[in-house]
Amino acid sequence: MEIMYLLVPLSVILVFIIGIAFWWSLRSGQYDDLEGPGYRILMDKDKHDDSSGKAG
Amino acid sequence: MSEIQSTYNYKVVRQFAVMTVIWGIVGMLVGVIIAAQLVWPELNFGPWLSYGRLRPLHTNAVIFAFGGCALFATSYYIVQRTSHARLFAGGLAAFTFWGWQLVILLAALSLPLGFTTGKEYAELEWPIDILITVVWVSYAIVFFGTIAKRTVSHIYVANWFFGSMILTVAVLHLVNSAEIPVFAAGILTPKSYSAYAGVQDAMVQWWYGHNAVGFFLTAGFLGLMYYFVPKQAGRPVYSYRLSVVHFWALIFTYMWAGPHHLHYTALPDWTQSVGMVFSLILLAPSWGGMINGIMTLSGAWHKLRDDPILKFLITSLSFYGMSTFEGPMMSIKTVNALSHYTDWTVGHVHSGALGWVAMVTIGSMYYLLPRLFGKPEMHSVKLMTVHFWVATIGIVLYIASMWISGVMQGLMWRSGNADGTLAYSFVETVKVTYPFYAIRLVGGVLFLSGMLIMAYNMFKTMAGGSTVDAPVLVPAGHHA
Repeated sequence: MEIMYLLVPLSVILVFIIGIAFWWSLRSGQYDDLEGPGYRILMDKDKHDDSSGKAG
Repeated sequence: MSEIQSTYNYKVVRQFAVMTVIWGIVGMLVGVIIAAQLVWPELNFGPWLSYGRLRPLHTNAVIFAFGGCALFATSYYIVQRTSHARLFAGGLAAFTFWGWQLVILLAALSLPLGFTTGKEYAELEWPIDILITVVWVSYAIVFFGTIAKRTVSHIYVANWFFGSMILTVAVLHLVNSAEIPVFAAGILTPKSYSAYAGVQDAMVQWWYGHNAVGFFLTAGFLGLMYYFVPKQAGRPVYSYRLSVVHFWALIFTYMWAGPHHLHYTALPDWTQSVGMVFSLILLAPSWGGMINGIMTLSGAWHKLRDDPILKFLITSLSFYGMSTFEGPMMSIKTVNALSHYTDWTVGHVHSGALGWVAMVTIGSMYYLLPRLFGKPEMHSVKLMTVHFWVATIGIVLYIASMWISGVMQGLMWRSGNADGTLAYSFVETVKVTYPFYAIRLVGGVLFLSGMLIMAYNMFKTMAGGSTVDAPVLVPAGHHA
């Protein structure tokens, strides 16, 4: 299975990149608040007949 | 906040959203045609419209045309709204729309004409592969560019799902489509050979094939789920913390499920077992996400009663839970010995494709369309409910008939006589599947009818609508 010499290193590189992204997300405070972001998308009025969303 | 003049780029979202419905109809129509061909083989007309050429057209149309347009539309919408920023590089975004439509048109022409690489879900020949790469890189620039110019520090979880989908699909496409073109064949009648041979090629193919399911059809559509379910329910996702855990667990463990497509083949045993173990592990993050989505409605279950959009979204999650349980079970080698190469696999794929991907897409489009065309809601809420029931009954008929037919095939193929000969000839197993193929066709026709109802509803909603882009809102909590 010589193909593993391509696929396994590729997966290791990908996991490494995912690891860096994870590390960055932790360090940059992405997860300091794990409640607020869920509510914040609801405060974004995107409905046409919603007057509160017109001018902001 | 009134000094904010900038608007969101809704034009490209609108284009992709409308084409999602159109390509959905086209792709599912081809599906209905090939289902009919299996009941009445006389319907194979010439080489161009034969089952062998139409089947890849069906899969490409529903996955990449219908599913792809849905991913473009929703990711462009969600990344703008949750980043509180206009889409980065508007010209490039427009190019992704026209480029993707060109890819679809070329697929619709080249596949019936017989140009194929023969690799499942990657049949398109090398010139189209190059075009796909260019469009996909543009998509990545537009998406990550928008993330980069966001005006809030937090990146909403849906965007993480979209981002991982974009990156992984790029790697999958490049590795699996590595091929050596036969330039003598010309660019208009392309021909190429895979860069890998034999079982190595099979391994790359299913590494690609299963991860395409995992990232294109799962991670991407989970992005839709994590935005549209809370928005439509009017409540935050059940546990935001769990959604973050769901994301990282899923992408760290997904990559190695592919070999379960090659159980009992020339692939080494240990590779098959690795694939099986990783497939079983996947059950945990999948169900975590499913429970998280469904429990978002906890305490507000009554909303399901008269909101067809929530009906679509919550039902899609139920099918997601069901097929992500069925999948790992089917990857167990002893179960696979029965299910492999039977219609059970076809049923499993469609419980994921129709039940999860199509249902969550339809619900999301019903959410999006009125907002994109300046209407308070869809033209007819009643027709949305009709669509929901027609589609649901269609899926149930489809899956149930394929379960019965598949298990029957598997049992008949493996049953032997005392003297070691096979108990049934192959044609006998074909004969017993006949009524179930007819039931599957009915299921497919029902699902397609639902899409036609949707198209009518969509055009009625678009009529007289205004295509004004919404202003970019200052994020809540920021007092400018």
